[in-house]
Amino acid sequence: MSAGSHKTYRIPIGPVHVGLKEPVTTWLDVDGERIVKATVRPGSIHRGIEWMARERNPIQVIYLAERICGICSFTHIVAFLRAVEDAAKIEVPIRAQYIRSLVLELERVHSHILWAGVACYTFGYDSAFNLGMLLREKVMDVLEALTGNRVNYGVGTVGGVRRDLTPRAAKAVREMIEFYRREFQTFLDVVTEDPIAKARMRNVGVLSQEDAVKYCALGPTARGSGLRVDLRHSSPYEAYGDLGVTPLVPQDYNGEVFGDVYDRFFVRVMEVIQSLELLEKIVDGIPEGPITWEPKLPKVLSALKAADGIGWGIIEGPRGDDTHVVKLTKGEENVTWWKVRAPTYANAVSWPLMFKDQEIADAPLIINSIDPCISCMERILVSDARAGRSEILTRARLVERCREKTRRLMGA
Amino acid sequence: MKLTRALEILPKSLWVFHCNSGSCNGCDIEIVATITPRYDIERFGMKLVGSPRHADVLLVTGPVTKYMTERLRRIYEQVPDPKVVIVVGNCGASGDVFYKSYSLDGPVDNIIPVDVYVHGCPPRPEAIIEGAAKAVLLLEKKREELLKAGASR
Repeated sequence: MSAGSHKTYRIPIGPVHVGLKEPVTTWLDVDGERIVKATVRPGSIHRGIEWMARERNPIQVIYLAERICGICSFTHIVAFLRAVEDAAKIEVPIRAQYIRSLVLELERVHSHILWAGVACYTFGYDSAFNLGMLLREKVMDVLEALTGNRVNYGVGTVGGVRRDLTPRAAKAVREMIEFYRREFQTFLDVVTEDPIAKARMRNVGVLSQEDAVKYCALGPTARGSGLRVDLRHSSPYEAYGDLGVTPLVPQDYNGEVFGDVYDRFFVRVMEVIQSLELLEKIVDGIPEGPITWEPKLPKVLSALKAADGIGWGIIEGPRGDDTHVVKLTKGEENVTWWKVRAPTYANAVSWPLMFKDQEIADAPLIINSIDPCISCMERILVSDARAGRSEILTRARLVERCREKTRRLMGA
Repeated sequence: MKLTRALEILPKSLWVFHCNSGSCNGCDIEIVATITPRYDIERFGMKLVGSPRHADVLLVTGPVTKYMTERLRRIYEQVPDPKVVIVVGNCGASGDVFYKSYSLDGPVDNIIPVDVYVHGCPPRPEAIIEGAAKAVLLLEKKREELLKAGASR
């Protein structure tokens, strides 16, 4: 066919689509099998979480923050708690910091294994998916032993954690580490050494190093493009200062970096192995001591009521940097405002770049390759909502802001 | 037929269409855990299907945001009769932690009729399997009613 006669067709994907686990709408302009242009429309599961927080006190907001996303729930809790503790100048005991790091790493293990499994499922490698999900149940058991819940653990509280690491739970963590050292290599081998799996992922959805910087990619997406960025390394929080984390990039293992789906896959599965080392260090090095700054809840609440100021909490979640900013006002029980910036929003901006000139059959794989967490992404942008300016928060205005954000993303 | 026997003498394997109407993903990963090797409800032939037109059961998670209301209604209408709607998770049943939000039309029973509620935030996979067993009974009842009303097999 001559170049001039090409006609593009627009294919809508989503909001509810079998290749997507969460609602997001994507329109792909295709020329034959080749994707020419991609447009993303987020906002389908916007629940107004930041707005709801304005009617709740920080302890209640913890459980709301947990339900921003069910996969990286503890990441959101810790980021929120660090912001509140920063605003109220509360110091967290070292044992509590270690337990937080422990649960964060366990969460990273389960999130990465889940993602790796789903990625295999996306290109039709169901046996690897089922193997991954089978392996994942082990870490779910440990999380349940440690916190009492499989998902949405509810162990964080302002100034510490709510559950101690008992010797039995520590033993379960050690057993889990041994189990994964023994079994996880199988999963790694069946995927990375499978020629078809490699062919489906190599040179698909490439994000170059410069583009990753330009489009502010975060977490494993950025590391898959060869950038050495990891908040656990560059600005350690909780117990990570003692643990010594180095960013994991594909060029250290394979000698070169492509920035494709395979590299992002590789980074995530290797991070599971890295997390096992960190978990071992945490369980070995955990100091004795109290697990909360103040066990009595009314005392915590009155301290938070007296607090005044803005606090920040930035941590490295399984998908990238998770930033929470909280404003507390003296004399007010409730959170004055709260802003969440989850990593998927930054990563989703690079979708159109990854889609460009790819085949339509690779689209779900590319969507999945940044490990999108749509429920994390659906935020409103309220930058200033002091008393007296509450008219900003009318629904029409919020909807408009939501659309503004969409337009901005569409322009990217 | 007793609930405990529902999965043993299964008249038909349920085919399920899953619609996420704004959930936090917690329920969705537990649903995935339900169909994968540890809990493995697929051994009864129950599976997630790609189109509502192939499904017997519509499984809804999430508190239903305004954008998803119309989509959820459309999906419900596409599922052929007899059909059963299962709501997984507290937020689909009552709004739960998302109560008082400006951008929700839910809970789910405001929009489509719901037959089975599975509670928990998120529910354990065992609870989701129990919900599926209840759905089997309900589906049989609905099928009989339809046959009595003169529908052809």
